[in-house]
Amino acid sequence: MNLDWEFIMESLPLYGDAMWLTVKLALIAIVLSLVLGLVFSLVLFYKVKGLRSIILAYIELSRNTPLLVQLFFLYYGLPKVGIHMSEFQCAVAGMTFLGGSYMTEAFRSGIEAVGRTQLESGLSIGLSRVQLARYVILPQALAISIPSLGANAIFLLKETSIVGAIALMDLMNVAKDLIGMHYKTAESLLLLVLAYLILVLPLSLLLTWVERKVRHAEFGN
Amino acid sequence: MAKLAEEGNADMTKTGELLLKVQGVHKTFGDRQVLKGIDLQVERGEVIVILGPSGCGKSTLLRCLNGLEPVQGGHILYRGQDLAGGDVNWRELRQHIGMVFQNYELFPHMTVLENILLGPLKVQRRERAEAQQQAQELLGRVGLADRAGDYPRQLSGGQKQRIAIVRALCMNPDIILFDEVTASLDPEMVREVLDVILGLAKQGMTMIIVTHEMGFAKSVGDRIVFMDQGTVCEVAPPEQFFTSPATERAQHFLNIFEYNKL
Repeated sequence: MNLDWEFIMESLPLYGDAMWLTVKLALIAIVLSLVLGLVFSLVLFYKVKGLRSIILAYIELSRNTPLLVQLFFLYYGLPKVGIHMSEFQCAVAGMTFLGGSYMTEAFRSGIEAVGRTQLESGLSIGLSRVQLARYVILPQALAISIPSLGANAIFLLKETSIVGAIALMDLMNVAKDLIGMHYKTAESLLLLVLAYLILVLPLSLLLTWVERKVRHAEFGN
Repeated sequence: MAKLAEEGNADMTKTGELLLKVQGVHKTFGDRQVLKGIDLQVERGEVIVILGPSGCGKSTLLRCLNGLEPVQGGHILYRGQDLAGGDVNWRELRQHIGMVFQNYELFPHMTVLENILLGPLKVQRRERAEAQQQAQELLGRVGLADRAGDYPRQLSGGQKQRIAIVRALCMNPDIILFDEVTASLDPEMVREVLDVILGLAKQGMTMIIVTHEMGFAKSVGDRIVFMDQGTVCEVAPPEQFFTSPATERAQHFLNIFEYNKL
């Protein structure tokens, strides 16, 4: 097969911009999802009245609706009630809405894996509930949660491929555009796959390394 | 029953300061009554050993004494303050009422020293140098001075349990509760842990010990509290309890540990 190298070279800057957008979007969404997940899982752990059921409802809603639908709701629905956000803000909000629930569940499974008796052990030396979380529960829970947190991060990074639906020029959208305009399908898709690999592979390798690190510090009481 | 408890108490000649007084404590899990009116008095310096068949409520009683289980009736007076009431500052109290668990429950992500110092530094806000000195001294006393930097996973069960005891001791508690602390240990490690507890008893540490080690109960206890089905059946000095238990249920219980008659 002959590839049009000139076309590829000319398209590179477009892909570069799109990669940067994808990275920015994924990074912000991942960080916000992690914060949301940590806070929500702690609320669930402490069984905060009222908030608990709201969060459980949110998790169900978030996990049982497609991201595309969530984005459309934010992008087309909210302006009808007077809330206007830019495409990028919508994408961040949508992906955080989705990622938050997955991260909550990842943190929650880690927290639940820390035995009840560990909590009692912490309480028995007079730790407060906050100290208990900080010194006893979270360090152990994080180590347990890291593989699933990492999987969620990669999942979110890949999910950015959908934000073209609300007119953001992400990688997927750039490739589709180029195919539509120049009919250079093979070149455009090749660049697309490479671009995603360049983004996802390092993250994936980093996570494997972190996981090994954490395993190394593995417990076993 | 209360009378028995009084009698058991009468021949105690420790410091005489009443540290803990349990009065008619009730505990239920759902419909199930686990503690049906427990009475018990503990003076400073006393070693109480609680014996009884599995499920008699002895561990639950211990857990009630430091607030891990709320009680549904009765009073737990610790130096005059009722712990069975609503607004109890358990954070403060647990610094005075230490507990050692069956499965050690050291924090696996911390070194031995970090485990021991967590309470003194973060809860009691003591000076690191001073707390660390005490920790090292206590580690030396249980024969583990060289293990301060190790992680729990690097220790044997017996060593872990000795560290757990040091962790409780380093808070300088008034009383320590021991909940079947040798039940998870391999037989050859039981002794090293029991020796530490015996040492504490000699130094006058106030302790309530739940155990199934009859020989140990006999030698360490000032009084034996025998529980069955959520009640205290008998309170007696060990010599008396093991040679001539007053109640049929205690006799029956002791017979289970008797192999000569087979």
